[in-house]
Amino acid sequence: MMKTSKRVTLTLAMSVVMLASACKKKVVIPPPPPPPQQQTQTPAPPPTGAQRAVISEFAVEPSTIERGQSATLRWNITGAGAVAINTGIGTVPAAGTRRVVPAETTTYTITASGPGGDVTASATVTVTAPVPPPAQMRPAPTATFESLVESELHDALFDYDSNNISDSARTVLTANAEALKKIFADFPRATIIVEGHCDERGSAEYNLGLGDRRSTAARDFIAQLGIPADRLKTVSYGKERPACNEASEGCYQKNRRAHFSAGQ
Amino acid sequence: MTRKQTLLLVAFAALGTGLLPGQDITIWINGASGKPALAVVDFRGAGSQQFMTAFNSTLFSDLDGSGLFDLKAKSMFPLNNPQRPEDLQVSDNNQGFALADWAGTPVNASHLVFGYTAAQNGALVLYGNVYDTRQTNVQSAELMAQRYAGSMDQAGAIHIAHEFANDIIQKFGGTGSLLGSRIYFVSSRGAAKNNSEIWVMDWDGNNQKPLTQLKSSSIMPAVSPDGSRVAFTSFALGQPRIMIYDTTTLRAVPFYNQEASLNAQASFSGDGKQIYYSSTAAGGLSQIYAAAINGRDFRRISHRDAIEVEPKVNPKNPAQLLFVSGPGGQQIYQMNSDGVGVQKVTNGEGEAGNPAWHPDGQHIAFSWTRGYSKGDWNIFVMDAGSKQFVQLTHSEGKNENPVWAPDGRHIVFASTRSGTSQIYTMLADGTQVKQLTSQGVNKSPVWGVR
Repeated sequence: MMKTSKRVTLTLAMSVVMLASACKKKVVIPPPPPPPQQQTQTPAPPPTGAQRAVISEFAVEPSTIERGQSATLRWNITGAGAVAINTGIGTVPAAGTRRVVPAETTTYTITASGPGGDVTASATVTVTAPVPPPAQMRPAPTATFESLVESELHDALFDYDSNNISDSARTVLTANAEALKKIFADFPRATIIVEGHCDERGSAEYNLGLGDRRSTAARDFIAQLGIPADRLKTVSYGKERPACNEASEGCYQKNRRAHFSAGQ
Repeated sequence: MTRKQTLLLVAFAALGTGLLPGQDITIWINGASGKPALAVVDFRGAGSQQFMTAFNSTLFSDLDGSGLFDLKAKSMFPLNNPQRPEDLQVSDNNQGFALADWAGTPVNASHLVFGYTAAQNGALVLYGNVYDTRQTNVQSAELMAQRYAGSMDQAGAIHIAHEFANDIIQKFGGTGSLLGSRIYFVSSRGAAKNNSEIWVMDWDGNNQKPLTQLKSSSIMPAVSPDGSRVAFTSFALGQPRIMIYDTTTLRAVPFYNQEASLNAQASFSGDGKQIYYSSTAAGGLSQIYAAAINGRDFRRISHRDAIEVEPKVNPKNPAQLLFVSGPGGQQIYQMNSDGVGVQKVTNGEGEAGNPAWHPDGQHIAFSWTRGYSKGDWNIFVMDAGSKQFVQLTHSEGKNENPVWAPDGRHIVFASTRSGTSQIYTMLADGTQVKQLTSQGVNKSPVWGVR
């Protein structure tokens, strides 16, 4: 029962982590939606006596680029004496294409001059910032490993002056072993420290020996469940590092523990 | 006689005074004919008066703290007192210049301690005298007349007061000496969370300073018999390891640690050439080992199915080893140093730990929860032969880690009576309790000759 829910939690946690790390890799700033294609033809002026030029096409493809990429202007004009595009392109043939590399969002305007006057059309290239290079890859996402160790591995508790693995400690250690298999799959070089602790009542000296028994008993138990023993280091802190400082049985029980922490 | 003192019908036989088993500790401390009754005058200074408050309080405190004397109340003293032997008169009508003025009521002193200090050639010179007030002849009344020199400052005044007091104590049969002795202990002062360093202070609590700077957890110190080495348990490399420091250079000296999850709680043999410690080198339970002073030539001593810690070898008999072990609640055991002849020292009541040999090799001080709840430790003293014991503290906080002073009359220990663990000294009859530390958490004291 506990095992299942634990696994679900872990899977959930893992997918959140993977999602988070996927996000971190790309850091996409979603580009603004492209503006409506500016292919507006100036409305036909009222007919005059003279023939006006006709801009049958002025477009840019693609209309959105990242900075550093190019776009192509394409135009087709009839009936014009001279055709020019602004932004320094200058005079162009009546029909043609031109590769442009604008550094920022730019509106190109083409002007066709004919005997009946000038006709213009515009097209805009939206320039977006390029995606930044991926963040420097850390050799191992330590914080993530540590947070997994902290959230997924729980203290196995002991009776006073005992290093026997009780039924409840057995349940906790079995779940820890399952969690560790997943954690080690993602962090193949990581190690775990199994700390042995005691409550404050025995002498500090005796408790150092007792804490050593608790850490090795917990280590041996999960090693026997298939966790490689060389990934598990033990240390006894005796009563030097209590988790809880009140003089009450509730607190004593919290301190009589095998605690799992991230190794170096 | 108080109940506590009556209980002390312990065989304090060999405590330097040649008493027989069954005698009262008060007699042991007093000397067989009762305590000498000292009248200690306030010394004055010629050109050094500004240091005399420190001098007089140090002299009085040392003499009082020795437990050897009945110090007479200064309010009963005559108006005058001699400063030099030549000031003494045969009779002067209770003006204070005659020894008889001090022998009779209301002072009732058996001995008069008098003298003065003077600034002399840039040094602070003490002329110290002890005279037997019951002698009618001034010449035969002289017990001590000595000169001491110190630096011309308060530290110098305190130093010569310590020296003079120490000589008086020795004169009256005190064994060993506190002079120059220092107490090593564990302190959290200025350390990051969970860290501690080994500290050292003079035996009176002055000059507290760190010995180690490992920025780690350093605990459970022991000091070599000559005071030149301090061994302790360090977490600097992760798992507990034994380190040894030179107390003069404040540097680590090599010690070979066996491959083990735990090497801890080193203590020294009486000749300073062997280290006893607890190790899991054989795999499994921590057991008792002995090794040369550099950790080499190690050998396993115990082979028991129990956690075994805190080995303490008898300073007078290297074949006798005390240690702490279970199962079924920690108790003090003894065995021969070849590992055979294991027997319980404490009787199985409560939990017991922290055995510490008296310099005589016949008595131990230790911590015991006997008569109290688990974790409520008190200091006890036991005759190692008869196993008779007496309780020195009575649940004023937790009282742990008693260790004898080089004089065999004082005990240093840690107590939580002020709220946090601090270092205290007391006489071996439980009186004269003095608090030496107050900053941070301070614990696990040991007393070295220097």
